[in-house]
Amino acid sequence: METKWVIEVEGLTKYYNGLLAVDHIHFKVKQGEIFGFLGPNGAGKTTTIRMLCGLLTPSEGKARVMGLDIQKETVQVKRQIGVVPEISNLYDELTCLENLIFMGQLYGVPKDEREKSAEELIQLVRLESKKDIPFSKLSKGMKRSLTIAAALVHKPPIVFLDEPTSGLDVMSARNLRSMIRDLNQQGTTIFLTTHNIEEANLLCHRIAIIVKGRIIANDTPEALRRSVQEKFVIEVGVENPGTSDLSKRVKEMEGVEEVKQNQNRFILSFSKRPSLENLFYSLRERGIVISSVNTLQPTLEDAFVSITGLDKEIMMVDKEGKKV
Amino acid sequence: MMIVNELKAIYFIGLKDIKSYYFKPPNISWGILFPLAMALAFYLRNPTGMIDLVPGLLGMTLLFGATSMEAVVITFERRLGSFERLLLAPVSLEGVLMGKILGGAFFGFIVALSIFILSLIFFSFPKFNPFLLFSSLVLSSIAFSGLGGFVSVAVKEVFEAQTLANLFRFPMIFLSGVFIPIETLPKPIQFISYLLPLTYSVESLRNSLFSSRHSLPTWISLLILFAFSSLFYSVSTWVLRKRLG
Repeated sequence: METKWVIEVEGLTKYYNGLLAVDHIHFKVKQGEIFGFLGPNGAGKTTTIRMLCGLLTPSEGKARVMGLDIQKETVQVKRQIGVVPEISNLYDELTCLENLIFMGQLYGVPKDEREKSAEELIQLVRLESKKDIPFSKLSKGMKRSLTIAAALVHKPPIVFLDEPTSGLDVMSARNLRSMIRDLNQQGTTIFLTTHNIEEANLLCHRIAIIVKGRIIANDTPEALRRSVQEKFVIEVGVENPGTSDLSKRVKEMEGVEEVKQNQNRFILSFSKRPSLENLFYSLRERGIVISSVNTLQPTLEDAFVSITGLDKEIMMVDKEGKKV
Repeated sequence: MMIVNELKAIYFIGLKDIKSYYFKPPNISWGILFPLAMALAFYLRNPTGMIDLVPGLLGMTLLFGATSMEAVVITFERRLGSFERLLLAPVSLEGVLMGKILGGAFFGFIVALSIFILSLIFFSFPKFNPFLLFSSLVLSSIAFSGLGGFVSVAVKEVFEAQTLANLFRFPMIFLSGVFIPIETLPKPIQFISYLLPLTYSVESLRNSLFSSRHSLPTWISLLILFAFSSLFYSVSTWVLRKRLG
């Protein structure tokens, strides 16, 4: 089946008062995928999202959303997208239900559908008991959920989420990720930005790593991990670790570059992917009784550090420069 | 279809503001209490000459009502981030500002109309022209709301907007014929008076209430108010677009 690209970006660039914030980036997003923009704060993630949503005018380059030019057909683009900004910015003085109805009015949802759709969305984000209280009285997590609901009033095919779980407690963040997955399973394409490597790993089908306004890698989490895998590492649990010369005998096996023993576990490093069948045979031949075998892969964090050359600590710093 | 959607969105933006902000403290103090206090002060000083001050007081009420509303609505929402919700919606920037300005204009119009109805208890205007009065109230409130829109996109905080608005509002009260007839002012000051929108608002309101021609025909005053409305609206849109990047 032919791939349908719902976001196509070519050479998109943004200068702020002469400073380069986004530097000639190129990427495409497939229909139905969760695409993540991963990078430290100040990398240009929010600027990119704001250009794609029509809030900022690009300095150079072009982009199409659902085949529509973001600069020439801005209003039509806005009809095709739902946006959840980093700050939950609905109206404090309106109730949850009134906020969603107002959003429905702005997006041209027909009058007879507005209230019904708002009620359904309130249920979706599990805020039935709060629907008549003002937005200002909600907790941070609830505000985030309602802001997501507000982005869905016109049933957009693409939803942009800017740092969706930033500042949320563990439980709220987990619920929100589950909501994002459900939304995606119903066919909505998700474009999210995050500085949380684990979040990108858990949610995204593909990830673009952005640093200092430039995309330096763009692939699936699996492929990104593989790209930094220089050695194939296998952990073997043994039932007879006390046997003399065991470590030496393992080291003599074909292809093994390094062996580390940790009580009843051996960590074997190979320069080429070994055949597991041959590995089992060689181990048994050397009198080793296997209890478990695990292949150890680099984490996405390892991949991020290796690809960007940045310290992983940099991802823990928020926009004000404080550690989170 | 797109124009219909845009018009609907403009209507809902204005309606939301009317519901949400009419009773915010700055609107009550600057938009309603201040003009009423000024009217009362002048009434106590000269009860018999009060009828001559009605057009000026209506103009001043329109000015303070419409500009106060805008200073609250746009600045407040920009600071909280909720203004961005409107910019994310499928409405042009021009449409968003139009909705905001019309919401403020409606507030000024309603406050001024209420004061006019109240004045009918005390005074009679046997020659007043309802159509001209309505046109003057509508065009004046749109022009002043546009001025409020310009002030509020130019600054960041609500108090800054009220302060900047006062920089325009207070000189206008004394230079635009609200309390002191323009004809009695020195010639160079009169020149400044004719650069101010409140002058044309007061002129047209006076003509519509007393059917007496003063220095300018009413249609010219109305035309100039329309020009001021367009100017303030265009400049506000331009400034906001620049500020958003």
